[in-house]
Amino acid sequence: MEFVDLFSYSFIRHALLAAFLMSVACGITGTYIVSRRMVFISGGITHASFGGVGIGFFFGFPPLAGAAIFAVLAALATENLTRRKILRNDSIIAILWSLGMALGIIFIYLTPGYAPNLMSFLFGSIITVSSMDLWLMLILAVLVSMVFILLYKPILYVAFDEQFARIRGIPVMLLNYILIILVALTIVLSIRTAGIILVLSVLTIPQNIANLFTNRFDHIMIGSIGVGFLASITGLFVSYYLDIPSGATIIFILVFMYLVARFVKVVTFGKTIRQIHEPQR
Amino acid sequence: MNDQVLLQMKNLSFAYDKQRVLSEVSLTVRDRDYIGIIGPNGGGKTTLVKLILGLLKPQSGHLSLTLERAEIGYLPQGTQVDERFPITVREVVASGLEHGLTLRRRRQADEKRKVHEMLEKVGLASLYKRPVGELSGGEFQRAMLARAIVSSPRLLVLDEPDTHVDNKFEMELYSLLKDLNEGMAILLISHDIGMITPYIKSIACVNRNLHYHPHNEISEEQLKVYNCPVEIISHGTIPHRVMKEHKH
Repeated sequence: MEFVDLFSYSFIRHALLAAFLMSVACGITGTYIVSRRMVFISGGITHASFGGVGIGFFFGFPPLAGAAIFAVLAALATENLTRRKILRNDSIIAILWSLGMALGIIFIYLTPGYAPNLMSFLFGSIITVSSMDLWLMLILAVLVSMVFILLYKPILYVAFDEQFARIRGIPVMLLNYILIILVALTIVLSIRTAGIILVLSVLTIPQNIANLFTNRFDHIMIGSIGVGFLASITGLFVSYYLDIPSGATIIFILVFMYLVARFVKVVTFGKTIRQIHEPQR
Repeated sequence: MNDQVLLQMKNLSFAYDKQRVLSEVSLTVRDRDYIGIIGPNGGGKTTLVKLILGLLKPQSGHLSLTLERAEIGYLPQGTQVDERFPITVREVVASGLEHGLTLRRRRQADEKRKVHEMLEKVGLASLYKRPVGELSGGEFQRAMLARAIVSSPRLLVLDEPDTHVDNKFEMELYSLLKDLNEGMAILLISHDIGMITPYIKSIACVNRNLHYHPHNEISEEQLKVYNCPVEIISHGTIPHRVMKEHKH
């Protein structure tokens, strides 16, 4: 089969569109997550959402709707409990992480009939995205883009120095809640393509690749979108030709791209790996 | 000389959980005051500043401001921010002009001009595009100082601005602050009494209580009475009088 013939399949066209929309949403929110060192929080939200998947199966409503509710609740709980210093941040994340997974397993076990296909939720399946999934991803990508375009400066200033932003009268708490909800929704809508286990890598690896070549927040966002999309389409076609899972292939491609990028950085700029990442002080 | 009161605190107390950090503290800051706030680590200096900035609420006592909080410039301790955060020098300084939640707007010429002038003033004009992670310790502090003063505040609060900077920048910093004091009041937290003495006008010793000393010179006996003892240490060849509990 010719390469161009692949595009005659609607599932390939859907997958490409899904890859692009996921790259936009993950490229933008992932830059925020990585810059604010919130990767572990995102891991907690991701795994907590599995509880919603299990409850969705048990009660017979769309599992992704359940995942969205759980992810948003986990995100709000993490933000709120951390702010009020009720528990240490890493402890809150660990509790929500394991509670979500436990609830998911219990409810899926209790669901009558055949066990649902958990693999597509855990590891994603970009070639099975539906039209509805694509519409939801489009709405999210537009929403995330609009929020970051309109509120770019306040978001940047709060992320850099929350205390100073508060002194300048920027509504720090409101912005933090808006952004953590956007992160939760991005995670949930990326579950269809990358899966619960792998979604964290599409939120972090493109950003780290872009960060090798630029130290500007807006440039990292744009670079991450490009890197994420390139890795997604490469992974999609490699997985198609080798007949291996698409989600895992995309992650493998991302890690490979990261290693190549580091090598190029060292060779081109003559810097050691340590120099790349160490501040000048 | 204009001596308008900018802020006044009366019998202010604050505790973290049940541990009291500040007890019955009173202080008045007027236009063009230059007060050195000294005291041992854990004595409540930073808590006092956070109360002034509105980051903490007093649990008892009274704090009144005759200026808007946006008219207060603030230079935090260097350890507060992530030095590897991807933000440029120009963006850091421009953040000092942001106020409230504003939607994206075209970069106003006025904002651009103010940021450029400030960068010229602190000697960073040629580095405006550089990410802060690529600056030296002194350059980073200059950028943070520019952020604090770009809005021309009426009160400038600095929390240990001389940490992690070289002697040359330290001297330049205090010289610049002296010039700025012509147009604004300054509260300067420092552990190095010897270094700040020639520049400040009065001293507030903070060690749970606050003792206000209306002169820039203070004897070791007086500091002992105020419960803020000092010791002589050497930074290179220059002996310094620093707070006893200060760790290097």
